[in-house]
Amino acid sequence: MTRLLEVEQLSASYGPVQVLHGLDLHVDEGEVAVVLGANGAGKTTTIRSICQMVSTNGVLRFEGASLAGMSTTDIARAGIAHVPQGRGTFADLTVEENLEVGAFRLKDKDLRADYERWYGIFPRLGERRRQLAGSLSGGEQQMLAIARAMMSRPKMLLLDEPSLGLAPIIVQDLFQRLRTIKDDQGVTMLIVEQNASIAFGIADRAYVLEAGEIVLEGSASELKNNDAVRRAYLGY
Amino acid sequence: MTTLQETALEGAGTARFDSVGMAERLRRRIEEIGGRGLAVTAALVVLSSIAFIVKDGPKIYWIRFLDALANGFIYGAVALALVLIYKATGIINFAQGSMAMFFTFIAWVLAREQGLPVWISIVLAMALSSVFAAVFERVFIRPFDPSNHLPITMITIALLSIIDGLAMLIWFADPKSFPSPFPADPKKDYVDVFGARIFYATMGIWVTVIVMTATLTLLLSKTKIGLAFRAVSSNLESSRLVGISVGRTLQFGWALAAAIGTLSGCLVLSDTKTYLDPSFMAKALVFAFAAATIGGLDSLVGAVVGGLLVGQLQTMVGGYITFIGSDLVLAVSLLVVIIVLLVRPNGLFGKVRVERV
Repeated sequence: MTRLLEVEQLSASYGPVQVLHGLDLHVDEGEVAVVLGANGAGKTTTIRSICQMVSTNGVLRFEGASLAGMSTTDIARAGIAHVPQGRGTFADLTVEENLEVGAFRLKDKDLRADYERWYGIFPRLGERRRQLAGSLSGGEQQMLAIARAMMSRPKMLLLDEPSLGLAPIIVQDLFQRLRTIKDDQGVTMLIVEQNASIAFGIADRAYVLEAGEIVLEGSASELKNNDAVRRAYLGY
Repeated sequence: MTTLQETALEGAGTARFDSVGMAERLRRRIEEIGGRGLAVTAALVVLSSIAFIVKDGPKIYWIRFLDALANGFIYGAVALALVLIYKATGIINFAQGSMAMFFTFIAWVLAREQGLPVWISIVLAMALSSVFAAVFERVFIRPFDPSNHLPITMITIALLSIIDGLAMLIWFADPKSFPSPFPADPKKDYVDVFGARIFYATMGIWVTVIVMTATLTLLLSKTKIGLAFRAVSSNLESSRLVGISVGRTLQFGWALAAAIGTLSGCLVLSDTKTYLDPSFMAKALVFAFAAATIGGLDSLVGAVVGGLLVGQLQTMVGGYITFIGSDLVLAVSLLVVIIVLLVRPNGLFGKVRVERV
């Protein structure tokens, strides 16, 4: 398997406050890796570091090429699609325009099949294609954010706590669809999540992040049965 | 608070039933582009018009109405430029009027001193102002964090005073006559409509502003750069995350606004009643601020309707309420703007930002 994303000795800080302290992780092509952590562990910072949205130190490589010093825009163009925390949809644009923006960098004219594919996976979006994104419910916005990210036909999808603020039943539904995307498209994903039980359902490999450091890593099945993880993140 | 909730509910209502029938859909579409704003505006205009007609008779009202219409379209045009920058960056470009003034001078130089046809001079001046704005954006605006509005606003104020000083230095304060791009012989270039003379130049202003607004709307809604522009004005961070180059998109906004400003400046002068000097845009700019604010600052349609409204307000208040005259007209117009904002804080057409999380 080829390494798609490599992160070595990554540190990140907001002004004088250092949040990540020498973090190592990697994501192989075609796999879904999950970073678990509690509030304030540095999950969002990790994912935002990859897109150079915070100031970082250390090694960040995508397809073997360094991402350090690249702009967020260029990283998006390199094939990393980032679904930010709080969805980040374009509230003033319609659902369909949101998808159109997602495909902004694609050269080919005919995106019809792409729209239909994502409307097929997220039928709610198809029903509401002419509606302003700001009028969608939280769950629908999260689906829109994912569909928009996928419209760019990315090599890798970064998801920042997709379960945040959603009702448990919506979370179930959302991860089921992510599973479909994983199986059908074989797209590589890095998901940071607090909701460990749902994340283990889709993960191939997992990391546990505490206070800005990776404290555990392994295959999803290994970590799921790890006593410490079970007590701290699964609650039994 | 109630307003916020109401709007949220309304939004949800529109959301739920998508296709019900043509009439219903049309009604919703009007509501979307500011139905209540339109209704309130229309009611106010009709009521005051009746009062005015009763006072001095229909003919004088008609003449004043047409007069106000031309002014209103010009305020609307300048307001469009302001709104464009506001939508993109969230700031008011205080230098908009000065930039328009300076490049109207350039058009004047091209037409009067280089002897170019006036329309070509105007188009060239528009192009030059776009280039200027694009370079200005790149050098002085882009280095700043676009979400930090104060420094950028200060820069536009600095630009205002620099351009004003420069214009004074080059062209002095004495008024110059600007060649009208429309047939503008006051003796013959008009049509008589119900006892009022509508000059071709006046009609030219109406048509130019309407065409400009339509072009702008199409550009923003149908083209790729327009989509990028709307994406950036909706969500800066997400625009970066989908690979839109935010800097270049904002640059496009600045260039476009500059061209619109320059055209508006030339239109202000094309009725041949106003003369060109370094301060000729000052009055139009204040009324345009008022127009943009009434319209809601982020709506293109709102800017033009706001312009028409402020134009009427200025002419009618100045003409009918004699003790106000021309000295107080600006103050009264702005007072009305404040009253409108008290009732509708987001302007008549402005979006009430409600987002579900």
